[in-house]
Amino acid sequence: MVEIALPANSKIGKGVAHPAPEEAKQPRTLKIYRWNPDDAENPRVDSYTIDADDCGPMVLDALIKVKNEIDSTLTFRRSCREGICGSCAMNIDGQNTLACTKGIDEIKGDIAIYPLPHMPVIKDLVPDLSSLYAQYQAIEPWLKTDTPQPQNEWQQSREDREQLDGLYECILCACCSTSCPSYWWNSDKYLGPAVLLQAYRWLADSRDEKTGERLDDLEDPFRVYRCHTIMNCAKACPKGLSPAKAITEIKKMMVAREV
Amino acid sequence: MSEHSKPELKARPLSPHIQIYRWTLTMMLSILHRATGVALYAGTALLAWWLLAAASGPDAYATVQAVSSAWYGRLVLFGYTWALFHHMFGGIRHLIWDTGRGFDLKHVEILARITAFTPPVLTLGVWFAAYLYLGAF
Repeated sequence: MVEIALPANSKIGKGVAHPAPEEAKQPRTLKIYRWNPDDAENPRVDSYTIDADDCGPMVLDALIKVKNEIDSTLTFRRSCREGICGSCAMNIDGQNTLACTKGIDEIKGDIAIYPLPHMPVIKDLVPDLSSLYAQYQAIEPWLKTDTPQPQNEWQQSREDREQLDGLYECILCACCSTSCPSYWWNSDKYLGPAVLLQAYRWLADSRDEKTGERLDDLEDPFRVYRCHTIMNCAKACPKGLSPAKAITEIKKMMVAREV
Repeated sequence: MSEHSKPELKARPLSPHIQIYRWTLTMMLSILHRATGVALYAGTALLAWWLLAAASGPDAYATVQAVSSAWYGRLVLFGYTWALFHHMFGGIRHLIWDTGRGFDLKHVEILARITAFTPPVLTLGVWFAAYLYLGAF
């Protein structure tokens, strides 16, 4: 259902401003969404001014600096700091991306940081992604075969392997799914770009022998067809993949098997 | 039994979405495609009204002509012309995508610009031609 307004408990209030250190050479202000499950307050946006001259180049560096030096209660996920784990996915400057690969100097003015959109918030910048993981599990993201297991690996030609390029690189950071207005309004029934790209990854795999069953499972007015090619997914993907294209390929496979 | 009860779990807030997401042309076009689609339903009803009036006789037809040539009638028709062109271009864009082409971000932007900016030009062109035909200039 399209619900534009935020529920009463999610409306964002005024937050606290932490001023710049006096000797700051290059002050940059981060406006960060905060919500603490341990008090009775609504979410708020706190602002922290740091000296970008004395900070690493990425938004993640700035967040770590805030946590280390100004406010240790600030909560966010991070791990690899090089765009391969997907933990630090968040909404930065109005677009979903990874904090570790987004340069501070790519953003003009104040740096607005929110958790991934339209998700339940666990604390601050940490969203609850369990419904997305459940959807991922529902597409059975593993090799399914009838042929008995070979002695060695399941083999694949170079050309067949190339069919997985642009799909296998997905790190499941959820930037795409949570950027999609269709997923915002229908995340209970629509699988969303991340899970559909993964679904196509198994449909496109020459070794998988359950293509028909996989398509049967997807054939539904909501699971695939809520994609309206809005393109936020492809624009948000920090790995440069196109979930929109993968979804179209699924639709093409569905049509192709009918004719 | 312990006096300590489990801390009550507070209902989790929903993170902001459309309030904070940066608008893009493709996002705008998606909503416009939907809106013009709805507008075309209404436009088709007007077209049916015109045809019914033509079939009903000179009085009914004269009423429709009077309304459609008044400034407000022309404004609606102008909007209808644009909605038709816009929805048609959006439809062609979706047709291209349905073949699996035009998904790289460069072509996405090119297609978006064509879809956004050609219909207003064509709409003005059609109305210019119509007024020219009517001898307004």
